[in-house]
Amino acid sequence: MGLREYWHKLGSPRWFYQIAGGWITGFGIGAVLLLGIGLIWGLAFAPPDYQQGHSFRIMYVHVPAAMVAQSLYLGMGVAGFVGLVWRMKLADVAIGAALPLGMALTAVALFTGSLWGKPTWGSWWEWDGRTVSTTLLLFLYIGIYALREALSQTDLRARASALICLVGTINIPIIKYSVNWWQTLHQPASFTLTEKPAMPAEMWLPLLVTVLGLYCFAGHNVMTRMRGEILLRESRSNWVIGLFGGPDATEAKPATAQALTGRNR
Amino acid sequence: MLKALLQREALVVFRSKEGVLNPLAFLFLSVLVFGIAAPLNDRNGGEYGVGVLWVLVLLTNLLSLDALFRRDYDSGVLEQALLNAQTPWLFVMLRILSQWVCTGLIMTLTSPLLGILLGIPTNGLPVLGMALMVGTPAISLLGAIGAGLTVGFGRGGVLLALLVLPLFIPVLIFGVGAVKNVLDDANYWGQIYILAALSLAGLISAPFATLASLKISVAMR
Repeated sequence: MGLREYWHKLGSPRWFYQIAGGWITGFGIGAVLLLGIGLIWGLAFAPPDYQQGHSFRIMYVHVPAAMVAQSLYLGMGVAGFVGLVWRMKLADVAIGAALPLGMALTAVALFTGSLWGKPTWGSWWEWDGRTVSTTLLLFLYIGIYALREALSQTDLRARASALICLVGTINIPIIKYSVNWWQTLHQPASFTLTEKPAMPAEMWLPLLVTVLGLYCFAGHNVMTRMRGEILLRESRSNWVIGLFGGPDATEAKPATAQALTGRNR
Repeated sequence: MLKALLQREALVVFRSKEGVLNPLAFLFLSVLVFGIAAPLNDRNGGEYGVGVLWVLVLLTNLLSLDALFRRDYDSGVLEQALLNAQTPWLFVMLRILSQWVCTGLIMTLTSPLLGILLGIPTNGLPVLGMALMVGTPAISLLGAIGAGLTVGFGRGGVLLALLVLPLFIPVLIFGVGAVKNVLDDANYWGQIYILAALSLAGLISAPFATLASLKISVAMR
């Protein structure tokens, strides 16, 4: 199948619903395996740090949460661009699905960072560059969330949140650069594409596994929520009615969709 | 077209003086409140005062930005401007320009007085004015995007703050940084150039984003 055809098919919620099923299973298995292996490996078997002792182990939660939270925001920016340019409905479904997870993971990254900061930096909160930019990321998430809550019309909500996601994503590098320039106490990024990690392999390998595992979890979570939202939005269309067993099942269907998205709209 | 729009903006500013006077009064009153709550003279050689002034500039701008399109939106002028004008972005640009004149430019002109009240040493005042002059356009331009999105809500103030305040952080950092550097006898041109770059980048992109956000708000009616 050509890439162009694939792109056109992505415009169809039905096609996405069908194809997402397999992906969700794959991501789910990947998440359970990788997170299980990575966490046990990292928390129980990786050697303690020569300076930080055992407290560094929170890294196996902190770093994946922060990385996936940032990636989800970037993904929302890309979805916003797609939504604005091609008016693809699926883009807004993706933004709505990624938003709560990204917000939660940013909060997890801040919380675990604070716990890690106490034994290593000596305080729960430092006005450090990356701490502050992560906090700003949380507020960018909250702003989009508040905007989406304030708008009830689906298509306007889609356009407004696509626009603000795009504006936010363009601004994030500027904000990060300026905040980093402003003050930096935080250790540099654990993984970069160009350099070898400063940690020994016994330490960074489990981290890599947990990072990949959390990405799988995010894929599973976001796609499951997207499927639920698609069912809710398309609940009047024939293919959804067909999916849940004929016209007499119309009463049961919205309840299913609500249970999947966790919302009652 | 340009002339008619300019005349309109000038008339709005001159007829209702609230656009100029309210932000200025708010700014001075906030400085007064700060001066009473935490006397600012000589603290950290004025660094504290610089921070306070920039924060107040951001907050004053937020208040003014909340009203940026509200009157035109309520009266329907905005809808007409988006429909009729061959170049709707011209309307948006002039609205932002007018808001900047009423806040950023006025703040620049009054900054020596504000700086003295906040205990900033006199050698920092010219750079403070320069930083405000080149930095505040970025605030007005970025803020206009959020103002366009929230104009449809009855009270969009808090939402506006939530949406645009994180975007103002770079201006805050480099604005404060420029004045701090001159107080430390360091080179401050880097910060001024970055502020100017932020404003120019905003000038290129923000009017179009604002136009898109206004179209969403108009469709919401």
